Amino acid sequence: MSEEVLATFDVKHLSVLDVEGNLDRTQIAPPDDALVRRMYECMVLSRVFDERALSLQREGRLGTYPSILGQEAAQVGSAIALEQPDWVFPAFRESGVHLTLGYPVDQLFQYWGGDERGMRIPDNMNIFPVCVAVGTHIPHAVGAALAAKYRKDPIVVVAYFGDGATSKGDFHEGLNMAGVLQLPVVFICQNNQWAISIPVKGQTAAATIAQKAIGYGFDGIQVDGNDVFAVHHAAQRAFEKARSGGGPTFIECLTYRLSDHTTADDAGRYRRADEVEAWRVKDPLLRLERYMAKEDLLTDEYRAEVRNRAVQTVDDAVRVMEEHPPPAVEDLFTHTLAQLTPRQARQLKEVTHGPA
Amino acid sequence: MAQLNMVQAINLALRQEMERDDRVVVLGEDVGVDGGVFRVTEGLQERFGAERVIDTPLSESAITGTAIGMAAYGLRPVAEIQFLGFLYGAMEQFFSHGARIRARSRGRFNVPMVVRTPYGAGIKAPELHEESTEAFFCHMPGIKVVIPSGPYTAKGLLTSALRDPDPVLFLEPTRLYRLIREEVPEDEYTLPLGQARTVRQGNDVTIVAWGSMLERVLKSIGDVSADVIDLLTLNPFDAEAILASVRKTGRAVIVHEALKTGGFGAEIAATIAEEGILHLRAPVLRVAAPDVTMPLAKLEDSYLPTAAHIKKAIDEVMRY
Ligand SMILES: Cc1ncc(C[n+]2csc(CCOP(=O)(O)OP(=O)(O)O)c2C)c(N)n1
Repeated sequence: MSEEVLATFDVKHLSVLDVEGNLDRTQIAPPDDALVRRMYECMVLSRVFDERALSLQREGRLGTYPSILGQEAAQVGSAIALEQPDWVFPAFRESGVHLTLGYPVDQLFQYWGGDERGMRIPDNMNIFPVCVAVGTHIPHAVGAALAAKYRKDPIVVVAYFGDGATSKGDFHEGLNMAGVLQLPVVFICQNNQWAISIPVKGQTAAATIAQKAIGYGFDGIQVDGNDVFAVHHAAQRAFEKARSGGGPTFIECLTYRLSDHTTADDAGRYRRADEVEAWRVKDPLLRLERYMAKEDLLTDEYRAEVRNRAVQTVDDAVRVMEEHPPPAVEDLFTHTLAQLTPRQARQLKEVTHGPA
Repeated sequence: MAQLNMVQAINLALRQEMERDDRVVVLGEDVGVDGGVFRVTEGLQERFGAERVIDTPLSESAITGTAIGMAAYGLRPVAEIQFLGFLYGAMEQFFSHGARIRARSRGRFNVPMVVRTPYGAGIKAPELHEESTEAFFCHMPGIKVVIPSGPYTAKGLLTSALRDPDPVLFLEPTRLYRLIREEVPEDEYTLPLGQARTVRQGNDVTIVAWGSMLERVLKSIGDVSADVIDLLTLNPFDAEAILASVRKTGRAVIVHEALKTGGFGAEIAATIAEEGILHLRAPVLRVAAPDVTMPLAKLEDSYLPTAAHIKKAIDEVMRY
């Protein structure tokens, strides 16, 4: 009888920008100024959008909304490394991804206002609709990646989800398939440490979520999710690997949900205030600002200009959203199937003209 | 007697049954510390501990599957699924195993579990939070399907469900959670599964409804002389109560918020046709939602049957 070690593994954590905004240049070369500015502008837009969504919800002008406060670096840092033909499968807390990719802002508001016309994805964007059923979109991303590989399209497919999603069977089945078939897909988990009231310890007994990838036969890495440069670096590497036939990667962005789960939740019931405060200090936007200040990339004028521009964009979008005429009853019927069934056709007549 | 809303009535039923029977164990997402996203399980973990009120990972299939194993082992698990739309991910467990273990083991094992879940429209929530697909579950032999229509029926029916030897799907109409207050006895009581309740007596028409549509029917019918039947259990359903009423009135209108095609109203209409057609004076009408995907908030009011729809159907059968 013998016992031998067949495999051992390391799980890496990548962080390059500290809380004071100092960049560890031994790990990455400083990103070029234009990229830094774009990251900053997208993060500010995400923050302003989020602030406005919360206040519109409180005024009763928007429905239930999930805030992304604190998760801007994870979203912007990864989405900014995507290219136009790439495909994205978001969960429901990815406003920052939508905005970075140029999704029409009024439509994003429209969707959260309870009008599904907001999810009519523009034809030039390959982004799937918001997925409310947690984790169930992961196999779809894998399927799109399988199709891209079949067609020999050198693209990457990205699925975004939270730590809670990693408890679902769909997560396991999707990642397993991606590993077996070596597909060009990148799984980006925003571990914001809470799935409504359940902390990450209530989702998994594993020390990291990144290590789950090992069981599926591909690389997993944990990055500081509040460090936009670390996220960007890891995402870009994973995307390149996928595009060039290297197969899947799993990226765990370790971050924190600073808001309530949604506007229908009260995090005070299950979460300690001091924990939240400890994370507020690690605000990803402040951290980027500190770096930019050190690099002379942030003047008061530029900062005000970026914020004003974001506010203007959001103001315009809210106006456009509210100017949309309400959806017509026909909308109920138009998109259930490609063609109305005979009964639907009758029902449509009834709701629009009264009974025959 | 206390005036309770449905959330409080369900909470009371759970609490009393857990006190009475230590085999009753609650599990689900956010049911412990948070007391459930609708606060239905509020205070239970403080009272009974984290081993009996279990906050689970986000895994509907695991929640349902482990509840099956617990039940087969001799416990009486109550699994909360956060919204009916999220039970779809556990269908394999619920249908292929929960519903069949008694049959497959020739009675050696049974699955006395309850799956509780909010269902139905009228709360302007995100997608999959307002599903009304009770008919799927009625089509699966081996599962009982129970839908209370208010606080009083919720408490009595849930107590019965918790004592039932078979899997019970207990659908809680979300729109009613806090809409109605009723006198609910503090003492324990049961309402038998499989029995409908006649909530209003009349001679001209039989109206059958369940869940949140009952409230809408009662608000809509004015002074029509109607037998209003609150079905309460859909599987097995109380065909005799419906047939007895139809024999008296000769007319039937079925109201449900699920879409029309293949909805449970079809089963009732067919039963009336098979066993009561000679007593009918008018066609049986169904008031239901159109055959479309449940919309988001902006079109929700166009989806749900309204008072006007209910009145129109009654007027129509009364013309005969
Ligand atoms: C399958 C499913 N079960 C339950 C829910 C209700 N729910 C919505 S979000 C959520 C927590 C999600 O946590 P996580 O995946 O970590 O994402 P986060 O909210 O933290 O972004 C739950 C339980 C759902 N939407 N889908």
